[in-house]
Amino acid sequence: MNTKNWAVLGWMLLSGFLFGLGLTISGMINPQKVIGFLDLAGNWDPSLALVMAAGLAVTIPAFRWILKQERPLFDSKFFLPEKTDIDLKLISGATLFGIGWGLAGLCPGPALAAAVALDESVLAFLGAMVAGMLLHRFLPAPGAFSASANNETTE
Amino acid sequence: MENFTPLSALIGGCLIGLAATLMLWTSGRIAGISGILGGLLAPVNSDTAWRVCFLVGLIGGPLSYMLVSGNALDIVSQASPMVSIVAGLAVGFGTRLGSGCTSGHGICGIARFSARSFLATAVFMVSAIVTVYVTRHILGAS
Repeated sequence: MNTKNWAVLGWMLLSGFLFGLGLTISGMINPQKVIGFLDLAGNWDPSLALVMAAGLAVTIPAFRWILKQERPLFDSKFFLPEKTDIDLKLISGATLFGIGWGLAGLCPGPALAAAVALDESVLAFLGAMVAGMLLHRFLPAPGAFSASANNETTE
Repeated sequence: MENFTPLSALIGGCLIGLAATLMLWTSGRIAGISGILGGLLAPVNSDTAWRVCFLVGLIGGPLSYMLVSGNALDIVSQASPMVSIVAGLAVGFGTRLGSGCTSGHGICGIARFSARSFLATAVFMVSAIVTVYVTRHILGAS
C-alpha cells in the first residue's frame, strides 16, 4: 500500500461518517419513517423522496465534473460498474431487495447505522442480511461466483 | 402528512450526496453500501482496509450524533425478529444479485445516468411499496 492509499483511508472514514450522519439527520435510520414513505395508502411521509432528491442534486453535477477528470485524487483510475445490460438478475435482485425493504423498513446503509441502537429486530435483520450476502456468494449458480468475486462490477 | 420533515430530509440528503461525492473524487469508488459490505465477504480481499474505514465512519456518524445531541436515536422497528430475519435475508441476497441497493443504484447509479440503476431503483421502489401495501392494508387489515 503506497502513501496515496493511506491518504484515501482517511477520506473513506470521513465519507462513511458523513453518510451515517446524513442517514441519521434525515431520519432514514428509523425503519418506521422509511415505512411511512413506502406506505402510500397510509399516513404518507414524503421525506425519503426529498432525501433522495437532495442527494442527487449534489451527486449529479458533482459526478459529472469528477468523471471528466483523468483519475481520482488518490488512485490511478475510477472503479465504476462495468455491466450495462438489463438482465434477469438485476430485476429479480431488485424485486427481492424491495420485498425485504418493505417488510422491515431497512436497507443496507441504515441497517448498519441503526445497529448502534442495539434494537433486537435491527440486529436480527443485520445478521440475516450478512447471511443473505454470504448465501449469494456461496450459491453455486452459474455466474454467481464470478459476479461476487469481481467487486468492481457492483454498485 | 404531519410526519413530513422536509428540512432535515434535505440536510441529510445533501450530506449523503456529499459523502458519495468525496468518495468518488478521492478514491474513484462508488458509495454503494451493499457493494462495500459485500466486498468484505468476497473471496478476494485486496480492498479490505478502505471498506472497513468507510463502515467504521458509517457507524461513527449516528454514534457521534447521539453523543453530541445527548438524545437516544429515534429508531423504531415494528417488524418482529422473525420477520426481520426474513427481510434481512431478502435484502442481503437481493442486493448482491441485483448489484446494488438504495445508495449504489439510487444515489450513485442514477447520478451516472446508468440505465441499470434507473431500472433497479424503479423496481425496488415498486416492490417495497407493494410489500408495504400488502402487509399493512391487506394482511394487516384483517
